[in-house]
Amino acid sequence: MASTLFEMRGICKAFPGVRALNNVDLTVQTGEVVGLLGENGAGKSTLMKVLAGVYKQESGEVLWLGQPTRFPTIQEANRAGISLIFQELNNCPNLKPLDNLFLGRERFIKGLPLLNYSAMRAKALELFDYLGITVDLDKEIGLMSTAIQQMIEIAKALLTDVKLLIMDEPTSSLSDKETAMLFKVIRELKARGISIIFISHKLNEVFEITDRVVVLRDGENAGEIDPRTDTMEQLINLMVGRELSTMFTRRSNDVQGAEVMRVEHLAGPPRVLEVDFDLRQGEILGVAGLIGAGRTEMARMIIGADRKSRGQVFIDGKLVHIKSPRDAVRAGIAYLPEDRKRQALVLPMSVRENLTLSIHSLVLRMGLFISRAKENAVTDSYVTQLDIKIADREQVINNLSGGNQQKVVIAKWLATKPRILILDEPTRGIDVAAKAEVHRMISALADQGVSILLISSELPEVLALSDRVMVMHEGRVKAILDRADATQESIMNAALVTEASEVQV
Amino acid sequence: MEITAGDSVPVRASSSRSLISRIIQSKESAIFLALIIIMGVISFVAPKFMSAYNLFLVSRQISLVTIVAFGELFVILTGGIDLSVGSLMALAGMTSAYFMSTGTGVCVSVGLGLLVGGAMGAINGALIAYVLIPPFIVTMGMLSLASGLVLGLTKGWPITNIPERFLPIAQGTFLTLPVPLWIAAALAILCHVVLTYTAFGRRTYAIGGNEQATFLSGIDVRKIKFMLYVIAAVAASIVGIILVARFNSAQADTGKGWEMDAIASAVIGGTSLAGGSGSILGVVIGACIMGVIRNGLVLMHVSSYWQTAVIGVIIVLAAGLDRLKAKRS
Repeated sequence: MASTLFEMRGICKAFPGVRALNNVDLTVQTGEVVGLLGENGAGKSTLMKVLAGVYKQESGEVLWLGQPTRFPTIQEANRAGISLIFQELNNCPNLKPLDNLFLGRERFIKGLPLLNYSAMRAKALELFDYLGITVDLDKEIGLMSTAIQQMIEIAKALLTDVKLLIMDEPTSSLSDKETAMLFKVIRELKARGISIIFISHKLNEVFEITDRVVVLRDGENAGEIDPRTDTMEQLINLMVGRELSTMFTRRSNDVQGAEVMRVEHLAGPPRVLEVDFDLRQGEILGVAGLIGAGRTEMARMIIGADRKSRGQVFIDGKLVHIKSPRDAVRAGIAYLPEDRKRQALVLPMSVRENLTLSIHSLVLRMGLFISRAKENAVTDSYVTQLDIKIADREQVINNLSGGNQQKVVIAKWLATKPRILILDEPTRGIDVAAKAEVHRMISALADQGVSILLISSELPEVLALSDRVMVMHEGRVKAILDRADATQESIMNAALVTEASEVQV
Repeated sequence: MEITAGDSVPVRASSSRSLISRIIQSKESAIFLALIIIMGVISFVAPKFMSAYNLFLVSRQISLVTIVAFGELFVILTGGIDLSVGSLMALAGMTSAYFMSTGTGVCVSVGLGLLVGGAMGAINGALIAYVLIPPFIVTMGMLSLASGLVLGLTKGWPITNIPERFLPIAQGTFLTLPVPLWIAAALAILCHVVLTYTAFGRRTYAIGGNEQATFLSGIDVRKIKFMLYVIAAVAASIVGIILVARFNSAQADTGKGWEMDAIASAVIGGTSLAGGSGSILGVVIGACIMGVIRNGLVLMHVSSYWQTAVIGVIIVLAAGLDRLKAKRS
């Protein structure tokens, strides 16, 4: 049963100025689920791209089913049975499931250049049934949840004779329930003899689903972990190469500050139906809930990015009318969006230009021109304070690691001297070390008196940082729990309780 | 401590780089080199090119195109486009000429021309920024509307009877150089300062780089976009009015096709139509390349039909080379 699917030996790959991979080995058996871990920049995706023929290695060889192989293109790799499922979904959001599924391998009516929809539908339903999902075939795929879109990607891979499925951060935007469903599918595929490489920053999931974990560090093999016998600490030590406290935990904050913000009857159908809460000075209010519970939509309505249909926001007890993010900044509210690259960064601009984007009025000279000297001073001060690792403040932000990019976004908002900070998934897609740093930063800000609304899909994060936890479910606040009462169980209970009768996903 | 590819590739500080290496590495240096080579080839084939008289005429023509292209650049930097600049030139020129011919003062007439042109730009801007109709559609509609207005109101007849003292603005010289060249130079400096040193300019680039992030950063994206279309319209109006002085009359077909020259200047000058990158210097060089080649073809007695074809090839070639360069880096 356990025959070798592929073997990579002594892979070396360099980019101008960087040694991305140095003598890396990786062997995967058929039907094996292998975790591939490492900090951002450790060489995980480079290794996968060498395997899939996107990059060519300088030295080392790949044995695919025992044969020395070098796929000239990713299409060749696909044909040989390698499928990649990226973090950013690779589909056409404007097309319906069938069109996406069969893109490039359409079924035709015999002898005619016309699409055979009935054959495609039958095959699709068979696949969806196998994966245990229900998909609305008449809806554009872009309107569906990330989880369903991902399942459709997997279905697409199954259409071919797939032997290896590479999943890069597949759970980063899935709720716990959706993740559980994905894992069920992974186990099914494994039983069918399909090998899976699972790349993730979520260590508990890695421990749950993989047979073996290969750790890369600085482009080299750092070692392997057996999830059945080894501990999470051992894994982290391998990744970072030194001891590290696993999870930062904020000391409990008993001080009840004055109310800073109060939200009443906020609604904006269909995603937000009824939200009421208050936020106190120096408090971290965690916001938990499943994907689609309306948390991001609520935040966007508070800052005026989207229109609300009703509801009021009070700051210091006074009613405020926030109609745009500009009004929000003026009212002392900063919003760190969930999608860093799409919503927070101007990728072609430099660290400096990104960092000062919200504070142009504070860095003016003669009230008209942007002062480079003032910008530099602000940038340098935050780079030092937040320990942002950059070669130069003129470095293009796109070239930084996820953790450092996120720190620049945080710095950008701190520069506006906000009283209220809304953080939407502040540690998504950043590595363990940077995550701990961001956690410490959030906690320190609260201690300095900033009131923080922390939206996060990672329960351990919410639990470690929050003074209170607000649980949302289908556009409504289901519960606001005090720190003492907030546990994984109580939160999931509140988030899921009415779902018992509903269909999967 | 995290170790990433980004960290280990040190990008040297721009402030520590010498001025010369900065010039050599700048995006504009390559197209500037191309311009010099083209000028060398043309002056070799057609020695008349380098004559003072010819250079005088060429620079006057290029000056006017660059001013329209400056306005176009502002809009393109945000990923927009303005197809109406050519017909707004005619409308503004016609307005000024009408008032001048009826005895209104020159300054007031020019002001009214700019006002009408600017107002049309405001309509463009409002529909694009606030009603969210795509720029291509709005300005294509405006292109037709403005030229229709001109033809309807004048029935296609030119407006003459332009006061003598207005003519030097196009035909005159100052320190031996044509007046339009001075106007273009002044506007180039103004636009460069606005784009490089003001918050407005920075935000314009930011919108082109990532509109959503800019909006969420608390910047009034709609207002900036609105203003950009007004700027493009005013720049075009300035040129339309100068052309009245040039021809001593206002013609209904003034500015026809100029939007293409303006867009082409920007593109040849390295401006990305997707927004976010481009510069005034690049636009100036781009306009020079187009103007010089066109003039060279005339001097080489190439028929105007073939000239058009050559210009078409050059536009695609320039944009194509830019893509290739971007791909390699």
